[in-house]
Amino acid sequence: MLDTDEHWFDDAAGRLIRPYTVSNGRTEPTTRMELLSMVIATGRRPQGQLGPEHAQALGLCGSFTTVAEVAARLSLPAVVTKILLSDLVDWGVVKTRAPDPMADSTNLTVLETILDALERRI
Amino acid sequence: MPLNDGSDGFPSALKLLIAGGFGVGKTTFVGAVSEIEPLHTEELLTTASVGTDRLTGVEGKSTTTVAMDFGRITISKEHVLYLFGTPGQERFWFMWDELSSGAMGAVVLADTRRLEDCFPAVDFFESRGIGFLVAVNEFDTTCRYEPDDVRSALDLKPDTPIVLCDARDQRSSTGVLISLMQHLLAQQACR
Repeated sequence: MLDTDEHWFDDAAGRLIRPYTVSNGRTEPTTRMELLSMVIATGRRPQGQLGPEHAQALGLCGSFTTVAEVAARLSLPAVVTKILLSDLVDWGVVKTRAPDPMADSTNLTVLETILDALERRI
Repeated sequence: MPLNDGSDGFPSALKLLIAGGFGVGKTTFVGAVSEIEPLHTEELLTTASVGTDRLTGVEGKSTTTVAMDFGRITISKEHVLYLFGTPGQERFWFMWDELSSGAMGAVVLADTRRLEDCFPAVDFFESRGIGFLVAVNEFDTTCRYEPDDVRSALDLKPDTPIVLCDARDQRSSTGVLISLMQHLLAQQACR
């Protein structure tokens, strides 16, 4: 017996719903998102009833997370996950921010922060 | 799109790439250093068309689904490090700019039995100016090579570090990332 909480996923057959079904056939998100865009729930209550995938996606945004993590935990392709999340952004229940273009390998402070944190791990 | 000035509380997600040939231990490496079990996702990436059978009038671009495994290390409240390995289509992953855009640096995992498998990754990071090092994953049965042998076999630049590691081991794999950060810092100091 399948449970909606189990993502309609069957170990042998894979996903039991075609990916774009959950996005209603849409292939483009309304908000541009990348794999490492951060998302978090705003705490606002959705107006009306969310569909199961939207509700699951929102449930994964209780603390800061990324599009990639939400996609992996929903077992959905990233492109479909972006559509679900951009709906949630449109509805005001999730906010997002794209990866920081300044936080790259040229930023010495960032590199040193990472180095320190890694050294503490061993 | 609002920029990250730290005022809105969002942490920054930073990207490192774990590259190398098929079966060299990329996902094992990610799993060893990650604070979560490696996660899996698929992303639709744009590929510049390189074939001759392009249709007239069609832009020279196509999209391909690329499978990725990734892990996470929380650095601080402001920074979260993501490590992306590409288990699928390993021969072609370097064609996707989107995967490497915004990457701070990269680890090229090498298996001395199949050193040639990491040529594409080495070429790619060199051509894009992405800082990287080569980490030789020492499998039990592998006969050991000196780093200098690996350097000449891969025709690496003198300043590209080569380290040895055991991709299954958390300390060893974290040590590789530490070496990478030291290398990226040293590169900045030279500029």
